[in-house]
Amino acid sequence: MNDIQFVARFAALGKPLDIDAFALSSGFSGLRKALAMAPAEVVAEVKRSGLRGRGGAGFPTGLKWESIVGGDERYLVCNADEGEPGTFKDRFVLEHAPFLVLEGMAIAAYAIGARTGYIYVRGEYPQIVASLSSAIASAVKAGYLGEHILGSDFAFGVEVRKGGGSYVVGDETALLNSLMGNRGYPFLKPPFPTEKGLWGKPTIVNNVETLAYVPYIFAHGADAFASIGSPDSPGLKLFSVSGHVAHPGVYEFPMGSTVRDLEAAAGGAMGNLKAVQIGGTAGPVFDAAALDYSLDFASMRKAGGALGSGALVFMNTTVNMAQVLDVTMRFFAEESCGQCFPCRYGTRQLAFMANKIASGQGKVEYLDLMRDTARVMVGSSLCPFGQSIALPLESLLNGFGDEVVSFVKQQEFLKEAAV
Amino acid sequence: MKNVTLSVDGKKITVPECATVFSAAEKAGISIPTLCRHEDLEPKGACGMCIVKIEGQPGFKRSCVTRVEEGMDVFTSTAAIRDIRRGILELILAAHPADCLQCIKHGKCELQTLAERFEIRDLRYDRYTRGLSVDRSSLGIVRDMNKCIGCGRCVQVCNEVQTVASIFFHGRGSNTIVSPACGTTMGDSVCVNCGQCVVYCPVGALYEREAVEEVWNAIDDPDKVVVAQIAPAVRAAIGEEFGMEPGELGIGRLYSALKALGVDVVFDTNFSADLTIVEEATEFLGRLKKSDPFPLITSCSPGWVKFGETFYPDLLENVSSCKSPQQMLGALIKTHYVESRGLDRDNVVSLSIMPCTAKKFEATRPEMHSSDARDVDYVLTTREIARMIRQAGIDFRNLPDGVPDPLLSCYSGAATIFGASGGVMEAALRTAYEFATGKTLEKVDFVDMRGMAGVKEAEIDVGGTPIKVAVTNGLGNARKMLDRIAEEKRQGRSSYHFVEIMACAGGCVGGGGQPIPNTLARRAARIEGLYREDRDLPFRKSHENPEVKALYAEFLGSPGGERAHKLLHTEYIPRERYQFSG
Repeated sequence: MNDIQFVARFAALGKPLDIDAFALSSGFSGLRKALAMAPAEVVAEVKRSGLRGRGGAGFPTGLKWESIVGGDERYLVCNADEGEPGTFKDRFVLEHAPFLVLEGMAIAAYAIGARTGYIYVRGEYPQIVASLSSAIASAVKAGYLGEHILGSDFAFGVEVRKGGGSYVVGDETALLNSLMGNRGYPFLKPPFPTEKGLWGKPTIVNNVETLAYVPYIFAHGADAFASIGSPDSPGLKLFSVSGHVAHPGVYEFPMGSTVRDLEAAAGGAMGNLKAVQIGGTAGPVFDAAALDYSLDFASMRKAGGALGSGALVFMNTTVNMAQVLDVTMRFFAEESCGQCFPCRYGTRQLAFMANKIASGQGKVEYLDLMRDTARVMVGSSLCPFGQSIALPLESLLNGFGDEVVSFVKQQEFLKEAAV
Repeated sequence: MKNVTLSVDGKKITVPECATVFSAAEKAGISIPTLCRHEDLEPKGACGMCIVKIEGQPGFKRSCVTRVEEGMDVFTSTAAIRDIRRGILELILAAHPADCLQCIKHGKCELQTLAERFEIRDLRYDRYTRGLSVDRSSLGIVRDMNKCIGCGRCVQVCNEVQTVASIFFHGRGSNTIVSPACGTTMGDSVCVNCGQCVVYCPVGALYEREAVEEVWNAIDDPDKVVVAQIAPAVRAAIGEEFGMEPGELGIGRLYSALKALGVDVVFDTNFSADLTIVEEATEFLGRLKKSDPFPLITSCSPGWVKFGETFYPDLLENVSSCKSPQQMLGALIKTHYVESRGLDRDNVVSLSIMPCTAKKFEATRPEMHSSDARDVDYVLTTREIARMIRQAGIDFRNLPDGVPDPLLSCYSGAATIFGASGGVMEAALRTAYEFATGKTLEKVDFVDMRGMAGVKEAEIDVGGTPIKVAVTNGLGNARKMLDRIAEEKRQGRSSYHFVEIMACAGGCVGGGGQPIPNTLARRAARIEGLYREDRDLPFRKSHENPEVKALYAEFLGSPGGERAHKLLHTEYIPRERYQFSG
């Protein structure tokens, strides 16, 4: 079992909304230390820690903060629009250690010069909106948010906003559009949100988990953070483990731990392990050889996938891969925002074909046509959503194509036999 | 601005640093395909057709939203790019109704053109249709979302340019639909029928509500006397439908064409444009004397009138009570003309040829029944009359110039410039000056009022009184002006005496019924044509029009008098934004 923990330690207190319990366990000590430093030093410290964004893309957090430019007003946005299937770690943090996120936000706001922060919570988490609001109220009352934070001149307020239930809004540009009351369409970069974000002002968008690890860097030092995990991806990571394992849940492990470590932590696979989907629905589906993969940004990239949000979905031999294909393609079709043509039309056709295959009306030719469609989408989709469909699709067709083909043929045979 | 040099398909090209790769390629003579970019609109990068390969950069880039950089090496048509473009087209076509032959955009459809250009011969995908009902609720515009490819130009022009915000994207993914709010229909929505969505639609998803069949029936009916009128802006654009240049005047040919089609009597809306000026100048000078609320705002543009009724009900008392030229002439056709020829009013069909889709709506307004029947029975757009001329096999370009019928067709240069933004104001000033001062206006060209600028202002000395005027075109510009007027009204003052508002950019030459493409560049060229005609006409001032003088002498009495008031003036009603009739 893993002995280095941070978020999980606060969660284990069992009193998520008790601000005194949080403070007594050395909560807010990171904020106190950060406020004693100059904002530029805070940014430098985060850069030195090597912390990378935990939302999926893994962009170095310090670098992002450093890149904010200009503006008479700046904003900090916490991305809590956790929509990736099989991912529930942000929910875990917000439910069990909300003050950690607020502390991280206060440090980030101080570093980038923001006076207002927003937490954009996915629409399907209504209870979190309520609990967060009460956490914010206690933090303001205790002087960790609001005017003169911890007796300093630094002022920072946080507001909670509820999303409308779109997956694409997890993308920071689409999220900003939604936050401004517009349709949740991604917009093209540049200009980056760090130049022109919310209401045209420089804005930093960070994931919940990213912000939750910021206090660690100040409470224990950038060196301590950097010493955990792998050189490419330092620190701890929250993994969402689900599917055919004995104890699905959120597990906090150092970056670079293996899939096997997580499988063991979750009580082992149920039945015979067949496949693992890593990084969410937009990630590849690997066969059981993936147990030896290291879970960090570089290693997963090398394995032809992505760490993504750190979701691990285990599948045993009872799973029909034609159905996995169907579920995955349907997800993309339902969540495509519809703005760009290749994604709007492509996801629909892919979902059609996958559904026909899974329901026994497939054609072997569909497999090639699906690959062609994915190639068009990779080459011409406007945002990473449409481009990312190729990862799960190609991994399913490359790794499990034989199974899908034989399922198609078997269904054809059964139909003919019935005549 | 700095210039940068880049290479497009091996061709060196120098362009300003703010240029996009798309426009740089255009300058290099390469037409990159697109289904969403439009030269008049901000590119959004929706369709993906314009992707290019930029050496040293990963993947492909959308050329419409990619800025040029010094030394860039761009390839616009590699095998991989052609493959992707064909892929996108195949995906669209699999979801697009295969009824090109019956489609109003057949032969002019941007999707069809690209499908042909990229040789889409068969579809590997299973076809599907959306099965949506066609929205024919609007009097001006038909909305068929089965054909929509989701390019977003209509949404952009309706929201960002016109600020009407009648239509927007609803739904998600392949269920995305362009629709008025809350599933209302176009007819029940805030739509003002300006038709700018129609002229920017690349396919047949938005189009004018046609009246061609009804007009053929009227022409074919031996008992009916079909009396036509032709709007100022039509003459500068109709030729484009037959391969002529924008701005090349087609009015003489159009008189001949209408006669050839079987129209019995041809009048000219330019006549009633002159009449409008006489009435409106009288109204304006009346306001000056009585110090009625200023500014007076013009009322010729029915898109603007509905916009005003919907968004600015408190300013309706500022809107001129003059009917538009179309409706003035309609009322005169059904009264004065009918009486003077001893005809039965019910056998006279009043037909107007307009650059406008909102005119179709205007003609149905209950206020527009001064003859106790519809004053204008049918409104055809420039595009529709061109279709009729083609159907009849008439060689429009080689037609001899015809002449209109007397009584209601003589016009001055002041009337013909009604088709251009600023034209009504210029025409009104020419007449108001002479009415107010009794002197002859020597310099008739008010050049400050001319051109495509969204807002134009001037101060004119009218017999010692400085008159401040403003001209706006495009409803987005109108909205800014109206907000200012409303704010000043609350403060009990007004910066302007007289304001001209036209719903469409450039004025009527850019109306929703004009030939497509209806780009800003073409609108500017059409405007040139109108000012050329103005310059060359024997009369340049509306009140000098002999037929107008005769009309007052024989029929109307005095400008602003009782009969004129009954036939030539109207009133406005505040409107709810949406009618929830469901």
